[in-house]
Amino acid sequence: MDFVTFFALAIPLVVVAVMVIAHPSPVYSALFLVMTLFLLAVYFLFLNAHMVAALQIIVYAGAIMVLFLFVIMLLNLQSDTLRTQRHGLGRVAIIGGVILLAELGLLLQGSSSELAESSLPENFGTVEALGSQLFTKYLLPFEITGILLLVAVVGAVVLAKR
Amino acid sequence: MDQYVPVLIALILGGVVALVMTFASTMLGVKTHSAVKDEPFECGNPPSGSAWGRFSVKFYLAAILFIVFDVEVVFLYPWAVVFRQLGLFGFIAMLLFVLVLVVGLVYEVKKGGLEST
Repeated sequence: MDFVTFFALAIPLVVVAVMVIAHPSPVYSALFLVMTLFLLAVYFLFLNAHMVAALQIIVYAGAIMVLFLFVIMLLNLQSDTLRTQRHGLGRVAIIGGVILLAELGLLLQGSSSELAESSLPENFGTVEALGSQLFTKYLLPFEITGILLLVAVVGAVVLAKR
Repeated sequence: MDQYVPVLIALILGGVVALVMTFASTMLGVKTHSAVKDEPFECGNPPSGSAWGRFSVKFYLAAILFIVFDVEVVFLYPWAVVFRQLGLFGFIAMLLFVLVLVVGLVYEVKKGGLEST
């Protein structure tokens, strides 16, 4: 990933990410979040994580965003009511930002050039590679995921039907 | 990255088609305004209430159930790609997985989780 590609992606990504928190209307914020997730998916493609990029769009930009929009509709958020109630969120954001920067600094110190793209196996991150691992080596976690999803269905029905 | 060029072309083409259609209809379309025509359309009924009205929490159930089964389908993609290599073993593995979720589906149908009333 060269510098031109990086900035061609990074600048729009940061702009739409800022728009998520800056836009007064929650529905527009949700739409900007969709764009953020799409641009992040492109980054996953550059990292050879093909399956993760697809999941980012199918699950996050698809399913999770539907949930976000439902929450917006359920809470009946209006642009003007949000303005008045921001209880010290700025301070929390500053603390979170400082921690994130510190972590990034540590990560940059620890990183080495050994993790070059050339050291990856040939079909790294592809759907085939993931599938052949998931259904042989990680079969038990996969089946347990099914039970986890079943628990989610039962939990949702029990809570909503009370 | 080369295999994603068609995806990029499709994305750009989709955006161009949407823009062209929107602009063409504003430029070429005949516009007549009247009090009734400018009302928001609500399935032929006279509009009632605010568009910002609250939705019942029951609809939230539909969203959560959609996510659960969306995640189930996510596991079907890699399975479909390596299906021939896995053979009968992979088939049974996925059958077990889907059966567990069918239990959830039967449960939610019995509890009326999919009824919209």
